[in-house]
Amino acid sequence: MASYWQIFISFFKIGSFTLGGGYAMIPLIQQEVVDKKGWLKESEFVEMMAIAQSAPGPIALNTAIFVGYKARGVKGVIFSSLGTILPSFIVILLIAIIFTDFKNNPGVERVFKGIRPAVVALIAAPLYKMGKSAGVSRKTIIFPVIAALLVWQLNLSPIYIIIAAILGGLLYGKITHKF
Amino acid sequence: MSELDLYISLFITFFKIGLFGFGGGYAMLSLIQHDVVETHNWISVADFTDIVAISQSTPGPIAFNTATYIGYTATGSIWGSAICTIAVSLPSLIIMITISKFFFMFRDNKYVEMAMQGLKITVLGLIGAAALLLMNKQNFVDYKSYIIFAIAFIATFKFKMDPILMIIAAGIAGYLLY
Repeated sequence: MASYWQIFISFFKIGSFTLGGGYAMIPLIQQEVVDKKGWLKESEFVEMMAIAQSAPGPIALNTAIFVGYKARGVKGVIFSSLGTILPSFIVILLIAIIFTDFKNNPGVERVFKGIRPAVVALIAAPLYKMGKSAGVSRKTIIFPVIAALLVWQLNLSPIYIIIAAILGGLLYGKITHKF
Repeated sequence: MSELDLYISLFITFFKIGLFGFGGGYAMLSLIQHDVVETHNWISVADFTDIVAISQSTPGPIAFNTATYIGYTATGSIWGSAICTIAVSLPSLIIMITISKFFFMFRDNKYVEMAMQGLKITVLGLIGAAALLLMNKQNFVDYKSYIIFAIAFIATFKFKMDPILMIIAAGIAGYLLY
């Protein structure tokens, strides 16, 4: 059986090396919890990833919670979650403490003037590919476009968009599949 | 606002972000931006963009990073960081423990599948909104900003450049150009 300490260390490792977050860390998690530790079977891992992606919240945390629960129940969850959260917590806290002093340094401000537009490009560039893999068609493209306009121009909270999307998906399913 | 009110307001805001943060990283940005920048003015758009950049080059999800950072800058205390980070994680804890318990009920559930289909498409709009909201005068100060944006866009879209390298390159460009 996995010890709490082992669970903590494994997820601390995962939490420390997930630069950029999200999908980049899936192979790392798989290697650690399936290949090395055997806490999940390959097939369980694939199913779990689907669930971790559909639930709200960061995928890294959702995965840690699922694996921690499978390995040692609720106490396992505490150790796996702490392991995942702590590396980023420590790093960002240090940055927040130091950066507030650094920020007004003219050199640092110049660096960030260059970085800011690049960050916007980083957010916008994957949209086309994501749209293709989500199966957006000429008919359905209107939904993300309206959502973007409502949030951008009318300052509508994205929470309403998310609720509408869930209800819309259910309604569409009800009409087309008649269940 | 009293200090207790500030802590309560931070907790509620980040709990909401955790609860409605579907679709991972970038999809959560418009949600965070709406509450943290527009509604509460805890940080400026430029500072928020800097956090996204820092988040790309440090470990951990953007939601955690923003929570930890704003928790500290809004309160000036490590406790603020801890409260915000716990608040953003709590919905995941509650929901994922429930799902883990009833794993087989959620698997292949057609209602979940249908709701996800709606979310998958709409979340793209939220990512688009995040990009559009950040395209303002604070982040795009002159024509050079648009040139950096265009080069970064092409490098990411066409040549799949690594995001960390991209941020470093853009930082060097900024230092030389301004």
